[in-house]
Amino acid sequence: MASTMTVPQGGEAPVFYLKDEHPHPEGHSTPLGFWLYLMSDCLIFAILFAIYGVLGANYAAGPAPKDLFDLNLVAINTAMLLFSSITFGFAMLEMAKGKVAATQGWLAVTGLFGLAFLAIELYEFHHLISLGATPQRSAFLSSFFVLVGTHGLHVAFGLVWLTVLMVQVARHGLIAANRRRLLCLSMFWHFLDVIWIGVFTFVYLMGMLR
Amino acid sequence: MSLLRVLALLPLLAALGGCNLVVMAPSGDIAAQQRDLIVISTVLMLLIIVPVMALTVFFAWRYRASNKEATYKPDWNHSTGLELVIWAAPLLIIIALGAITWMGTHLLDPYRKLDRIAAGKPVPAATKPLEVEVVALDWKWLFIYPEQGIATVNELAAPVDRPIHFKLTSSSVMNSFYIPALAGQIYTMPAMQTRLHAVINRPGRYQGFSANYSGAGFSGMRFSFLGMSEGDFEGWVAKTKESEARLDRAAYLQLERPSENVAVQRFGATEPRLFDAIRNLCVQPGKMCMSEMMALDAKGGLGLAGLHTTLPLAYDKYSRRGGNQAPFGEEPRFIASICTVEEAKAMMAMAPPDTAPRDLTPIRGLGLAVPPMTFAPMMPRRPQTFTELLGLARSSQS
Amino acid sequence: MTDASVAASPIFGKLSLAAFPIHEPILVATFAVVVLGGAAVVGALTYYRLWGWLWRDWLTSVDHKKIGIMYMILGLVMLLRGFADAVMMRIQQAIAFNGSEGYLNAHHYDQLFTVHGVIMIFFVAMPLVTGLMNYVVPLQIGARDVSFPFLNNFSFWMTTAGAVLVMISLFVGEFARTGWLAYPPLSGISYSPEVGVDYYIWALQIAGVGTTLSGINLICTIVKMRCPGMSLMKMPVFTWTSLCTNVLIVATFPVLTAVLALLTLDRYVGTNFFTNDFGGNPMMYVNLIWIWGHPEVYILILPAFGIFSEVVSTFSGKRLFGYTSMVYATVVITILSYLVWLHHFFTMGSGASVNSFFGITTMIISIPTGAKIFNWLFTMYRGRIRFELPMMWTIAFMLTFVVGGMTGVLLAVPPADFVLHNSLFLVAHFHNVIIGGVLYGLFAGMIYWWPKAFGFRLHPLLGKFSFWFWTLGFLFAFMPLYVLGLMGVTRRMRVFDDPSLQIWFVIAGFGAFLILLGIVSFIAQIAYSIWKRDELRDLTGDPWDGRTLEWATSSPPPAYNFAFTPVVHDNDAWTDMKRRGYVRPVEGFKPIHMPKNTPTGLVLAGISVALGFALIWHIWWLAAVSFAAILVAAIAHSFNYHRDFHIPVEEVVAAENARTRLLAGSGA
Repeated sequence: MASTMTVPQGGEAPVFYLKDEHPHPEGHSTPLGFWLYLMSDCLIFAILFAIYGVLGANYAAGPAPKDLFDLNLVAINTAMLLFSSITFGFAMLEMAKGKVAATQGWLAVTGLFGLAFLAIELYEFHHLISLGATPQRSAFLSSFFVLVGTHGLHVAFGLVWLTVLMVQVARHGLIAANRRRLLCLSMFWHFLDVIWIGVFTFVYLMGMLR
Repeated sequence: MSLLRVLALLPLLAALGGCNLVVMAPSGDIAAQQRDLIVISTVLMLLIIVPVMALTVFFAWRYRASNKEATYKPDWNHSTGLELVIWAAPLLIIIALGAITWMGTHLLDPYRKLDRIAAGKPVPAATKPLEVEVVALDWKWLFIYPEQGIATVNELAAPVDRPIHFKLTSSSVMNSFYIPALAGQIYTMPAMQTRLHAVINRPGRYQGFSANYSGAGFSGMRFSFLGMSEGDFEGWVAKTKESEARLDRAAYLQLERPSENVAVQRFGATEPRLFDAIRNLCVQPGKMCMSEMMALDAKGGLGLAGLHTTLPLAYDKYSRRGGNQAPFGEEPRFIASICTVEEAKAMMAMAPPDTAPRDLTPIRGLGLAVPPMTFAPMMPRRPQTFTELLGLARSSQS
Repeated sequence: MTDASVAASPIFGKLSLAAFPIHEPILVATFAVVVLGGAAVVGALTYYRLWGWLWRDWLTSVDHKKIGIMYMILGLVMLLRGFADAVMMRIQQAIAFNGSEGYLNAHHYDQLFTVHGVIMIFFVAMPLVTGLMNYVVPLQIGARDVSFPFLNNFSFWMTTAGAVLVMISLFVGEFARTGWLAYPPLSGISYSPEVGVDYYIWALQIAGVGTTLSGINLICTIVKMRCPGMSLMKMPVFTWTSLCTNVLIVATFPVLTAVLALLTLDRYVGTNFFTNDFGGNPMMYVNLIWIWGHPEVYILILPAFGIFSEVVSTFSGKRLFGYTSMVYATVVITILSYLVWLHHFFTMGSGASVNSFFGITTMIISIPTGAKIFNWLFTMYRGRIRFELPMMWTIAFMLTFVVGGMTGVLLAVPPADFVLHNSLFLVAHFHNVIIGGVLYGLFAGMIYWWPKAFGFRLHPLLGKFSFWFWTLGFLFAFMPLYVLGLMGVTRRMRVFDDPSLQIWFVIAGFGAFLILLGIVSFIAQIAYSIWKRDELRDLTGDPWDGRTLEWATSSPPPAYNFAFTPVVHDNDAWTDMKRRGYVRPVEGFKPIHMPKNTPTGLVLAGISVALGFALIWHIWWLAAVSFAAILVAAIAHSFNYHRDFHIPVEEVVAAENARTRLLAGSGA
């Protein structure tokens, strides 16, 4: 800290205050704060996973995962989300170079992948419900729909956020505030990806083995 | 201040002599051992609590600002020796208490069979515990004596010095079965079973109640627990057997309906294995038992065919507490019991046609646990187990 | 009770005239008082033309100090409501003997004990604790505000929105009749089809958003905004305990959110998480809610421990004994609080080894807690103890809390718990630690920091009345409950048939009356002190010879807290500054960068109340509209990039010069 210090009295009294503003740039706590938020969100998913772990085999004399899940569809879905994470990465790289158009382009691609993911998930839900495998049918289905659905809801929220941010970047360019927001959204997006990997493994893959 | 505190407590202490501290002076061996644990733990903790309280008062007085004679060391804030003591002293107490807890918890585990009926009196080898099945209803207690074939509501009796083995469940919501004079409490939960082993050592009339809030009639969920000599107990059983009332499924479903402050009722006969049906939520005709459902689930469920095993709930068990349902839910339903080949075939036919037949290899030949009760008296047609059913269904397809 | 079979109207949902308790005299009278009181406040604000001031300086303020004070007001107002419920319960239990049904039927009484617990924990203890942390922590770490000032305002209003919903339930419909944790299946749609549980769920969910965000905010503040020189091990103990508390908040409230969301789905969509049938498991709920519930206890008590540490050290005129072990004890408690949840339901029938494990982990928590008590004790040792009110509350705490701690450890011994669980002994125990720990701490803290917040002390005499009424009232109210617990009396009972119990309930009722006097004296103390504020004025900003940074600035502190960021060299930073010849700077001021006020938090919380109300009463169109409105308002807020401004240097100079004059005048 290259600030002027108070005059020491008798060569003894130390510095008790900074003459210059203490450097707290705007938004310097935001990444940490957002991390903490993500961890709290992660805890919600942890509870949903735990619930699935406990209730996931309670089929109530109804269907089990292997009667219901179509792994091919889920694999495509997973690919959509993984691709969207990669493209978000590209967007962030372009952002680092300060290229607005390229950033926006990659963000749009990310959004499309996200939409595709949601569409496939909704199709899957619709298919299950039309069979009669509703969330009300058994505790297994309740916990399945809520775990996967909560993730889907997060993706939907991420898409809204993505759209808003694209408008803001279009308006104001890649100013510091927008960069910070993009950073937060990218953490959010990758976080959802990580959660999905858990869902894919724990619910779908292990479900088919069960 | 401390003097005032003591003064405030004096009338309480005086009054204590006149009241019945049943937890501190129980009549059953288990409760007595639990009481002993309370006393031992309290004494152990007082070893540290009393000096702390005394020191607090003493330091507060000694180092009051007006006492200029007391030493004043404004910067003294650390002493390794003292720190060691203040961490070690509670630690030692907790080590002792932890050891007592570990042993006490295992010895007094409510699921553990008794090995003594009182201090120094082991259970005689020939003695079999009295079996009692307890059901917490809205809002009364049902006691079934499977060996005697009788049942009572809101009155429980047991011979002194004979171990009692309770099996407990609940019909709708969670309650807690508690007779302070006999033993500690245990939850009763719907679709689940808990156990409690206890023994009463002195004859008398004791109070029992639910110790877990369960709805409007909770306060009136009281029952008498009668400790009796062996002969009196035989008499009590005989008297109960004289009752005309019979506890079969229909009577139970009637009894199960909510009622408050219920008087003692006696049933001279009970339907066998009724408790199993209550515990498995399948007293109502046509409803699949939890045990059956769990056995099926353990084998991987019933597949898509099982999607339609639900029936609307004609019987109004749930609507009795207000009659509403989730706005986006479905009609109240339950999983239907499947009892005939025709039904199973019809169900299979309901599965979507594009799905491949379910591979039943893991089920074939293993034999599921047969539901523990018979449906014979209630069912129009002869029931069969699922193993048979599915085996037949499969062979008809192959 | 409304007839549940009535079809829901598309406009009003389940809401109908029957939901308004017009034939309940107690409620109508309460409603009249609330309306009159509200009208009086509105009238006064209009008459004195204070609306603009209220709006600009308070409601939309992002200043952590004002938000802190608003939290305290919320907590104290709700304390009156929660206490009124307690008094009604005490009266019912004191008279419902010998065949008498008392004056409350089950419908009312069962709501009372539920709402008493919910209000006292969520809307009294939490706001008071959060308010103190909000006010004090930034000052103690030499910061100008919290990390996210807007979020702070939003958090406060969300907490208030939850409280508003609970209050609405008093006059529209009913509250839950399930006990404060709403165990299913009783709280499920099958057994509680009315709106009570929905009020419970949405009030807690909305307030929970506020609590979680405020937790994140304060962690960031403490981690990122400390002034130069303040390493973690130089933080004041209150800041340390606040840090641990907020870590606990962030790491537990999502559990509550998730578990309540699942209960909501069970109730609204008919899923089967906690139902008896279809593979559901109610005991999952019990486990999960206590995974939140037990750390919640420490969320409340840790800041109180911090307050006691500050108070003991200040009023003993001595450094805190064993700072390091105090910090480690706090951290150990934080971690261990996650490993004990099952002790709330030993009687579930889990095996002996499981029960022993959770019993012993619970006991282990008493080791660091014991160490803390000893640390306070040895802070007093060889001190110069001034028996000001905060110190009196602290000593009362030390004497009371150890008893509560002892009964707590007793309840952690599973076989002992089997006979004491759910009894009035348990009720006495947790009131013993929550009143004797949290509440005494809050009183100590409020009185200790009052001069900092308002620039004048609280008059001690009425405070002493309040203190003695509270401590004696506590003994009279809860010692009988210990006895009743040993007599095998369980809690939540509405009527009794054993007449020998009555005397004890009468004594407990008398204790509640004493506590009422304590509350009245406390309010009188505040009113009287405001009236006599000029005589009680403190010009130095340091009335107690304080030891930490908050006492280095003026009382009340300026909006920017410190004109220059302090530099810290010692745990007791302000004592160190005073000793080593700190000279208050009087020139060289610069413009100060501060956040701007915004009404967004208030707006979002207001719509949340509408959303909650709509969901409770199944008014779907309103729910959809409010949800959309929340999204729109939040997005609109994100388009505002101009959220800060600089306090012009002239204003800073004017404020600091005024203080220089005051200090010269006071001779300090």
